Amino acid sequence: MPYVPHTETDTQDMLAVIGSHSIDDLFREIPANLKVAPGSLNLPPALDEHRLMAHLTEIASKNLDCTKLVSFLGAGIYDRYIPATVGAVISRGEFLTAYTPYQPEASQGYLQTIYEFQTMVAELYGMDLANASMYDGATSMAEAAIMATGIKGREKVVVSEAVHPHYRQVLATYCWSIGIDVVTVPAKDGVTTEWNAADSACIIVQYPNFFGCIEDLAAARKAADEAGALLIVVADPIACALLRSPGSYGADVVVGEGQPMGIAMGLGGPVVGLFACKKEYVRHIPGRIVGKTKELHGDKIGYVMTLRTREQDIRREKATSNICTNEALMALAATVYMIALGKNGMTQVATSSVRNTQYAISALKGIGVKVKFGGKVFGEFVVSLPKNATQVRDAMIEKGFLAGLPLGTYYDGMDNDLLIAVTEIRSKEQIDAFVSALQEVLA
Amino acid sequence: MSNIPSDLKYTKSHEWVRVEGGVATIGISDFAQSELGDVVYVDLPSVGKVLAVGDIFGSVESVKTVSDLYAPVPGEVVEVNGALANESQLVNDDPYGDGWMIKIRVTAEIPGDLLTPEAYGAVAQ
Repeated sequence: MPYVPHTETDTQDMLAVIGSHSIDDLFREIPANLKVAPGSLNLPPALDEHRLMAHLTEIASKNLDCTKLVSFLGAGIYDRYIPATVGAVISRGEFLTAYTPYQPEASQGYLQTIYEFQTMVAELYGMDLANASMYDGATSMAEAAIMATGIKGREKVVVSEAVHPHYRQVLATYCWSIGIDVVTVPAKDGVTTEWNAADSACIIVQYPNFFGCIEDLAAARKAADEAGALLIVVADPIACALLRSPGSYGADVVVGEGQPMGIAMGLGGPVVGLFACKKEYVRHIPGRIVGKTKELHGDKIGYVMTLRTREQDIRREKATSNICTNEALMALAATVYMIALGKNGMTQVATSSVRNTQYAISALKGIGVKVKFGGKVFGEFVVSLPKNATQVRDAMIEKGFLAGLPLGTYYDGMDNDLLIAVTEIRSKEQIDAFVSALQEVLA
Repeated sequence: MSNIPSDLKYTKSHEWVRVEGGVATIGISDFAQSELGDVVYVDLPSVGKVLAVGDIFGSVESVKTVSDLYAPVPGEVVEVNGALANESQLVNDDPYGDGWMIKIRVTAEIPGDLLTPEAYGAVAQ
């Protein structure tokens, strides 16, 4: 936020406009006993702009980030190349300053980008339609599960333990609040094989899953059919540029995190949730859809909010979702990313990720590191180390690498297991250096 | 002037009902559909749902608004007009015919305060 000071005269002028006599006047509704007395907070004296900048820069320099470390950390957020055009487009004032665009007459440009976003997400996932974005992948998944319970009239959802643990925590919170049972089914050798899905509204599987393994979606579809449940797939959009789409396996709802498509890695955000489904469920989706139409008298194309669900309009009391705004700017970043790369470019990103991952796997095996799961992986894999993975991760930071995510925090008995991600931008030299650093740490 | 068939009963909330052999067929009136405008979606209950008089059994969504539908008689839903899922326009085109919504097997006394066509005509002014 820019440092914009104002003078005492400015303050008085502003107060005069609104008919107040003092700043304190503005807060007179707040009971005195709730106000913090002046001087009672232990704060240092105010700094001028220049000194404040220097001070904050000094504090920030204590952080380690990906300008100083080479990242092999993934687990849902990935260090992928972001074309410069993404930043150039999303920092334009017309986009940057806009809140959710409601008024079609004022926001045709923004509505068109949302329309393109929906179209490309639906195509990527092989689904009939996509909405105009969600908060993040985890809430997309939880909303999809809630939607399934509404459609099926059932109060149980089944989720694989190979779905991202954070996503499952969000799911648990959502379901707890409305009395839905969440049943977690175990994974075997890194993938889900047994779905005890009877009486459930849906089964939820991740593709590729949290361990990077590629789940058998045909088997999941069959299990869902046998239980009369919906199949919800949490899918990595980049992986879908290469793998068969979840839609082609008959998924009912596909959700995911859009961060890998042109959004910088941040500490928890901003990110963007993807949400796509079959046409028959369009009336049940959270969020909204922008449609394309033509003038009644003429040929001009127009874009409008076509479907807005109940949460913010005339029937709030019937809402099944709490989403009331979306992540339009991040959806725009993903849209620009997809347009900039095109179909071929996205396939190349996915292919390069697989190639680099396989190179890393063979190099790690070359120094005796054991890859934990045998099946096919995309971009990410688990290794079993002879030492505690957290200690290894910490030692690797000293050598300039974010080595991955230690899994002991999330899964019992996996204290020595490390989840490693390799994206399209990891060079052979970086992978070689990573492997030899790991060899030293393990020695 | 909207069409108010003389062989039906009505509610103040603009549903019509026809009871034949213990089964009540229910829809919304011609006046209601014309007030709503183009109907774009009809949300109906599943067969087997048990309703008391006044229960909300679904909703009808037009380009302007969404309105709840209220059960005029008590009983169990025995049939739902599946055609409305893809052709909600039937409610506008033929509210008393192909645009019917649900059939209820009446399991208790039919309320005495259902409106006659004349009385409903006064409501639908």
